[in-house]
Amino acid sequence: MSETKVIDACNTYCPGPLMELITYMKQAEVGDTLELLSTDQGTASDVPEWVNKIGHEMVSSEKIGKIWHIKVRKAK
Amino acid sequence: MRILIVGGGTGGTIIANNLARRLATEIRKHKASITMLSASDRHMYQPGLLYVAFGQMMPDELYRDQASLLETTIDFHVDPVEEFNLDDNRVKTKNGTVYNYDVLVIATGSRIMPRKIPGLEEGSETFYTEESAVSMFKSLRNFEGGKVAIVVGVPHKCPIAPVEITFALHDYFKERGIRDKVEIKYHYPINRIHSIENVAIWAKPQFDEMGIEYETLFNVEEVDVENKIVKSMEGSEYNYDLLISIPEHHGEEVIEKNKLGVDGWIPTDRHQLTMEGHDNVYVVGDTTNLPVSKTGSAAHFEAEIIAENIASIIKIGIPVSEYDGKVYCFIEAGRDKATYANFNYLNPPDLKPANKSMHWFKMSYNQMYWTSVRGLL
Ligand SMILES: Cc1cc2nc3c(=O)[nH]c(=O)nc-3n(C[C@H](O)[C@H](O)[C@H](O)COP(=O)(O)OP(=O)(O)OC[C@H]3O[C@@H](n4cnc5c(N)ncnc54)[C@H](O)[C@@H]3O)c2cc1C
Repeated sequence: MSETKVIDACNTYCPGPLMELITYMKQAEVGDTLELLSTDQGTASDVPEWVNKIGHEMVSSEKIGKIWHIKVRKAK
Repeated sequence: MRILIVGGGTGGTIIANNLARRLATEIRKHKASITMLSASDRHMYQPGLLYVAFGQMMPDELYRDQASLLETTIDFHVDPVEEFNLDDNRVKTKNGTVYNYDVLVIATGSRIMPRKIPGLEEGSETFYTEESAVSMFKSLRNFEGGKVAIVVGVPHKCPIAPVEITFALHDYFKERGIRDKVEIKYHYPINRIHSIENVAIWAKPQFDEMGIEYETLFNVEEVDVENKIVKSMEGSEYNYDLLISIPEHHGEEVIEKNKLGVDGWIPTDRHQLTMEGHDNVYVVGDTTNLPVSKTGSAAHFEAEIIAENIASIIKIGIPVSEYDGKVYCFIEAGRDKATYANFNYLNPPDLKPANKSMHWFKMSYNQMYWTSVRGLL
């Protein structure tokens, strides 16, 4: 199994967490898992909306302290 | 101390000039030297391309001779780097010359990659190069009505450009008296119309008032050039008459080839601006992998920190400053008004309503840029 790539998008307003995730998704291989770290409250709903629409897979989403940890698997 | 700067655009030029002043004594005493290697003898003011695309500026107005922008103590060569050997502190150029350094600055910028999307290169107009901006203006002039689609790739430099180009299109068609014959549809990759929430909140009512349609969560998958259809990865499509794209960007090929960073984005420390794993290598501007806007403004603020730290390391042995993610962007909201976004890692921008004086400030800045890269502003 491939390693989980961590994307630190904490404390950033532009391009912002979802844009960062889209960038790194393009670099990933199908089957790779990416873990997005974000301090932006909106990320918790924005990311699943995009992931579901595009057909990738939400692995998990949890808030630890002030940071959201959102894991997504590239499905296509 | 041999300082080598690779790249003579916004970031590289500001660092070189700033260092030449801070280290004037050391350079005179031969204790420090600054060498710059670039791929061009000219320096382009890239934001001017937005005006070229609407016939408001001529391409030749965007250029200055790079040598004329540099302090005379900087040893400048037009000879692009082809090989980076970071473990041995040296680079090799296209001419075959080897340059050894003590401190390296990588400032090679970014480039558009329309060919990543099938059909995008042939099927769309853009304004991110001189040639494409001129071509876009020609298409706009010939356009007599129909559906205009704006699509945005990720990542891209100048994140404000998608909304600026949309406002500008509205005003352009209005001035030509054909706005009622044109449908403008804006497509954006995430779930709101701009990555910065306050910019989205600011722009949305204006889009509504101008009759600009928008679709979010639209990442271009392919363009069917023959049938003029742009399709998204999310499964929707749009039938256009004129497609305007902001293509996905990569860093320069030389960065990818030398494996300094995936897609040409170099892993960079957020605050020190050093390359991860290489304390004597600084990275500035578009080619960093930092979660900040790829803008001349970010490159400028980063450049000041890097110059200050390289100079302080030479003078007192340690760095003195940290980059806080600062970016200041003008936002043109059509042909005669503008506002700005000022933000950093921790504080979002607070957008004011656009006004005429900010537009004139931006027009002045288009000239002041040359003073700014000389390090005088
Ligand atoms: C249409 C458009 C509108 C924009 N609007 C704005 C705006 O309103 N505000 C704003 O702040 N920014 C704006 N920008 C973005 C801004 O121009 C860039 O972010 C900025 O120029 C980045 O600076 P840089 O130093 O990283 O790279 P660049 O300025 O692109 O410089 C890169 C340099 O590296 C050199 N180089 C390349 N390869 C090599 C090599 N192998 N060896 C040596 N040298 C090499 C090149 O010749 C060049 O001199 C805009 C850009 C465009 C295209």
